[in-house]
Amino acid sequence: MFGKLSLSAIPLDQPIPLITSLVLILTIAGVLTFVTFKGWWPYLWREWITTVDHKRIGIMYCLLGVVMLIRGFADAIMMRTQQAVAVNAPGYLTPEHYDQIFSAHGTIMIFFAAMPLVIGFMNFVTPLQLGVRDVAFPTLNSVSFWLTASGALLVNVSLFVGEFARTGWLPYPPLSEMTYSPGVGVDYYLWAVQISGIGTMMTGINFVTTVLKMRCTGMSYLRMPMFCWTTLSSSLIIVAVFPILTASLAMLTLDRYLGFHFFTNAAGGNPMMFWNLIWAWGHPEVYILVLPAFGIFSEIFSTFSGKPLFGYRSMVAATLFICVVSMMTWLHHFFTMGSGPAVNTAFGISTSIIAVGTGVKIYNWIFTMYGGRVRFDTPMLWSMGFIFTFVIGGMTGVLLAVPPADFLTHNSMFLVAHFHNVIVGGVVFALFAGLEYWFPKAFGFRLNQAWGKAAFWFAFIGFWVTFAPLYMVGMLGMTRRLQHLDVEPWRPYMLVALLGIGILIIGAACQVIELVVSIVQRDKLRDLTGDLWDGRSLEWATPSPPPFFNFAVTPNVEGAEAYWGIKQRAIESQQMGPEPHYEPLEMPVNSAVGFFTAFFATVFGFAMIWHIWWMAAIALVGAYAAFVVLAWRDKQEFEVPAEVIAQVDRARRAARETVLGRLEHEGAVAS
Amino acid sequence: MTDTHFPSSIEALRLLREDPNRVGHRGHVLSSPIPGTGHGRTGPANKRIVVGYGFWIFLLSDIVMFSCFFATYAVLQGGTAGGPDIRQIVELPRVEWETACLLASSFTCGLSFAATNARNVLWTQVFLVITGLLGLAFVLLEAQEFAGLVSQGITPQRSGFLTAFFSLVGCHGLHVTAGLLWLGTMLAQVQVKGFRREIIHRLICFNLFWHALDIIWVGIFTIVYLLGYVA
Repeated sequence: MFGKLSLSAIPLDQPIPLITSLVLILTIAGVLTFVTFKGWWPYLWREWITTVDHKRIGIMYCLLGVVMLIRGFADAIMMRTQQAVAVNAPGYLTPEHYDQIFSAHGTIMIFFAAMPLVIGFMNFVTPLQLGVRDVAFPTLNSVSFWLTASGALLVNVSLFVGEFARTGWLPYPPLSEMTYSPGVGVDYYLWAVQISGIGTMMTGINFVTTVLKMRCTGMSYLRMPMFCWTTLSSSLIIVAVFPILTASLAMLTLDRYLGFHFFTNAAGGNPMMFWNLIWAWGHPEVYILVLPAFGIFSEIFSTFSGKPLFGYRSMVAATLFICVVSMMTWLHHFFTMGSGPAVNTAFGISTSIIAVGTGVKIYNWIFTMYGGRVRFDTPMLWSMGFIFTFVIGGMTGVLLAVPPADFLTHNSMFLVAHFHNVIVGGVVFALFAGLEYWFPKAFGFRLNQAWGKAAFWFAFIGFWVTFAPLYMVGMLGMTRRLQHLDVEPWRPYMLVALLGIGILIIGAACQVIELVVSIVQRDKLRDLTGDLWDGRSLEWATPSPPPFFNFAVTPNVEGAEAYWGIKQRAIESQQMGPEPHYEPLEMPVNSAVGFFTAFFATVFGFAMIWHIWWMAAIALVGAYAAFVVLAWRDKQEFEVPAEVIAQVDRARRAARETVLGRLEHEGAVAS
Repeated sequence: MTDTHFPSSIEALRLLREDPNRVGHRGHVLSSPIPGTGHGRTGPANKRIVVGYGFWIFLLSDIVMFSCFFATYAVLQGGTAGGPDIRQIVELPRVEWETACLLASSFTCGLSFAATNARNVLWTQVFLVITGLLGLAFVLLEAQEFAGLVSQGITPQRSGFLTAFFSLVGCHGLHVTAGLLWLGTMLAQVQVKGFRREIIHRLICFNLFWHALDIIWVGIFTIVYLLGYVA
């Protein structure tokens, strides 16, 4: 009846996962009870769960990403403590458990922390910057989000019911085949990543279409803010490579469930084909993450230097260059496969060349600051910390791109330090910078600067104290994924790294405190104008938070840096443009299809993991029914009356006029 | 804009060329981009273009997925593990019938859209039903082929080559089956709701999907069956 599922799947004999999951279950139950007690369900259902508003979906993506970031960080703390105490000792984690932790850490950080945060920013910012009211396919957007959430849920269920993969964040065969991994861990990985991957692919399709077909009047390609360019490039890569992930995971699934021979050692299968396929997705994936991060930094450097982005066109070219070349470097992840000097040389060269595109960007950011009036607000601190960190990470990457050097450092802690250096220093710093930068736009009040700056300094120093020793110990020959260490001289490095993670914990605590303090002080930190940072792109033309229709009248862009131009004209003429004529407009209606599809996808995934075939069949029929019901509805859009729009926009204009008046007053004082 | 000096045939050509719904077939360097296409500075494209464009992007991603299965087939082709190879599988007459069914179904699918353009519910439905029947015939022929192979002990569990063969061909078969499910849903929607805007958009997408499956089948027919036959 329940396939492989029985009570023995619950880890009653392992205190760490048991206590963690009990705490997790109690927390979730507590939150649900609180929400029920407060009677918030109708509001949550109407305004958030069924919403198709790109801003709300973006915020939910970021929330999911932050929660999973904490979960992945907990795994990181366990790994660092284990390796610090397990020198010539067993430590406190068994090998089975330790292997699950490093697998879960990588899977969660890439798929369920970094990706949701990056996609969250793409969702929130891109339509606002393009001057449009929503993405190309709002309902599909909601489906994408809920499928990602469904995958995240499955990964977390594995903590309590069964086990997670012990095969690393990319389950290499033959280890991940049924013969060597008979448990459900790899199946949890496969279905969680497959379901969320389909969501991501739909996001990619959505944003390619949005950027190419949904720009406001006057917004030609070379007038788009840099973040829109990086959204486009990142989405193009998603469309090109996520199908490869889908295909390769489907093949491994067939191997495991039906005894196929794609990647087996025996019967003519080819395990290295999995490595090629998965890295043909996996290497572009890091650029999917880092390109929007570069976009965030471009916005911040320009805004906080009070200057247009230096070398905008070369930045666009570099972005598109990286977009294409990112798909030509995957083999550097396994130079040691033995494909011969010619192949290794070709991939070594392509890997070194892609650093040129990034180099162009680094110089552009530095020259953007040069001669500008730089303001050292929290987002700018993260951005400057990024340049320092990322340049070093990039250089160690170029070192790894040289095949003979790579043979020595392959799968060592040096590699671990390198990719954390670029992903933490590149992507995570960008996400924190972006959270600081766009938080006031999303919620109408800014974050507390003192705690934000403290969080930056602890994270920046903590990062280097953690990962510099890992570079060194990697050079000494320590390989990655060691549950215990038998080499005494490595102990000091592990202890320094432990100190580093301690500093990072303080940094993370500062960020939580920052959020709480800011919410408490929200009336003091209120952003009344909607243009808190003296911004240059169209999202700053809206009030904070923006109304659900974004723009009362769709903007007409007359040059690069759309909002900067409008603002300068208003300041010069000491008055805003005439009040526009407000017309009613159509907005898409809410839809529960995303929620229901994801519900059935979760049930389907869970049923497949535990071989409960009847439940899987019911879930498939349910998902199809949910789609048909959606397709059957008659009302796709509703009309927003002109009076509502006028009311919102007049409030916005009044706030801006107050600012103009203040500027005028200050000008009078100065003269 | 309207220039009545031209004969009506030229006028019709001009209308066609400036039809904002006509994706592609137009130079990329335009002196004056046409509103509603999403080109240049003309503002957002209209819904029909957005839907068609997005679906094209999806089809491209789907084709990338198929290319993985094609690549896998190329890699594993020699991995027969002492079992049957492609020559023992190809049954050319059956594949020719399959191909005929699928290509004919693409033609009738195109006819159904011509009827949609004329806003004729009856003929749209008739041609969609014919399309579905031809697709069903294709799926049944393929299922029969697979069943015959399995009864001879030629299963995907036998070797890497057979794994790749069954997966590539079966993945296409699954797509056709999903297309049939979609087609059935569309029949019901057209009947109940008529030619509403979003129904027409869905018919456009269905047409694109059905033709894309044809293109992939042409690849399978050539690379798997024809090259296998002459191997």
